[in-house]
Amino acid sequence: MKTTVSRRNFIKGGLAGTVAVTALKESSSQAATFEGYPDGMGVLVDLTRCVGCRSCEAACNQEQKLPPPEKPFDDFSVFDEMMHGQKRRTDETHYTVVNRYDVPGLEHPLFRKIQCNHCQEPACLTSCFVNAYTKTPEGAVIYNPNVCVGCRTCMIACPFYIPTFKYSSAFNPRIMKCIFCYDTRLKDGKPPACVEACPQEALTFGKRNDLIKIGRQRMVETPGKYEDHIYGEHEVGGTAWMYLSSVPFDKVGLDTHLPKEPILNFVKDFLGIVPMVLTIWPALFAGFHLLATRKDWLKNKNDDAHEEE
Amino acid sequence: MCTRKMYHLTMAMAVGSMLFWPQAGWSMDAADAPETVEINSLSKSYGGVHFDHAMHTGIASCEQCHHHTTGAEVTNSNCIRCHAKTGEEDSVSCKDCHSSDRFSKKDLLKLEDPKLYHIDKPGLKAAYHLNCVGCHQKAGGPTGCQDCHTITEAGEKMFQTGKFAPAPTAGSGHGGHSSH
Ligand code: SF4
Ligand code: SF4
Ligand code: SF4
Repeated sequence: MKTTVSRRNFIKGGLAGTVAVTALKESSSQAATFEGYPDGMGVLVDLTRCVGCRSCEAACNQEQKLPPPEKPFDDFSVFDEMMHGQKRRTDETHYTVVNRYDVPGLEHPLFRKIQCNHCQEPACLTSCFVNAYTKTPEGAVIYNPNVCVGCRTCMIACPFYIPTFKYSSAFNPRIMKCIFCYDTRLKDGKPPACVEACPQEALTFGKRNDLIKIGRQRMVETPGKYEDHIYGEHEVGGTAWMYLSSVPFDKVGLDTHLPKEPILNFVKDFLGIVPMVLTIWPALFAGFHLLATRKDWLKNKNDDAHEEE
Repeated sequence: MCTRKMYHLTMAMAVGSMLFWPQAGWSMDAADAPETVEINSLSKSYGGVHFDHAMHTGIASCEQCHHHTTGAEVTNSNCIRCHAKTGEEDSVSCKDCHSSDRFSKKDLLKLEDPKLYHIDKPGLKAAYHLNCVGCHQKAGGPTGCQDCHTITEAGEKMFQTGKFAPAPTAGSGHGGHSSH
């Protein structure tokens, strides 16, 4: 069997590996100067405004044609749901979820909507060796499910635990996450469905650069109301979705230990080890593919043999 | 009874003030305002709100909701820098200033004006909700969506509730054992 994993496939795998390494090298040298598209759009999430109505979740489900939820979107018992001691997370059927945070000393609970933050220099993108991801000039991080091989590297690379997978079959994995409503709205300059549905304008859509100004203005005009920081302005090289909060960000479940540099830089260091992985993975997948198509392969081999004869 | 008396008194004062300052045509008093207002220009998932304006004038001052408008002198030190007499104080209706299409390309383009101060003016829907819910949270008023609105069929569909509620899944725990 070992020899039948075949030179052809091994070379194919090796090539894929080389291509991936080259691609990564290219993007890492660009990283020194690339700080996101200047006119990229974003959303400023103001936690002091969110009332936990879940309209955004309902609108996302409708817009993205996701399967029906287990409970109606006006059922607020979901805020008490815990999975392995954790609050609800986004998954392949929920591109966005709202969670409640009971912060000691606050009269009212706070709510936070979770979705892909559409990083300026996305770790999911830079870590993907088949280049399934794209950061569009409008600011969205989208993906091509057809080239995804289901290796889950992006899942591990994402600092916000966003990408998840749908396995309709073992050979057809499909990555699923919030796409900033790119296809149906953002590319035509329209706000995402969740933003449009929000009654409180807890979600403000606009040019990322303008949103930072807006965030600052809110801080200046209501002294003492906000933490003096826009979460996502600098975290992991900046994100298109950013947050304002009246309490320290770790109180509402945001990771406050993230570096300012894009995760890419770390991926780059990590790359010392990766090339080997990169050469192994394609071979492995080639192997899977071979197993799946062994019959055809045997037939071809026999045909070849006949031809040779 | 008492409120009725108050009402007449305010009415009289309003009429009185009109007699004394007829030139202040823009000046409005609570009593000049309609008793109820239908707030429904945006209604989609939820029906509009029958807003009991008369009741609210008893518990809030005009400028708490209408900012600097409706008769009161502009006093906010931040606003008065520009708006002592620029005309905006004449408008009463939220939609005169707050856009019903806040995130449209056209509206977003307006934010590009480098001299624009109001870069963060909420759209109409948010103006309503931030105003109402903000006060209701502090004053203990109702804050649930359906405390003020009735949900529409389109709303039930979007929220997948009512007749569009998901079928209860087998073994999903509690819920199906209410009576025996
Ligand atoms: S939040 Fe995660 S999935 Fe979204 S762009 Fe950033 S790294 Fe990618
Ligand atoms: S931007 Fe679109 S896909 Fe993302 S959470 Fe909002 S509605 Fe869902
Ligand atoms: S729609 Fe707006 S207010 Fe409601 S839960 Fe979502 S972000 Fe919060």
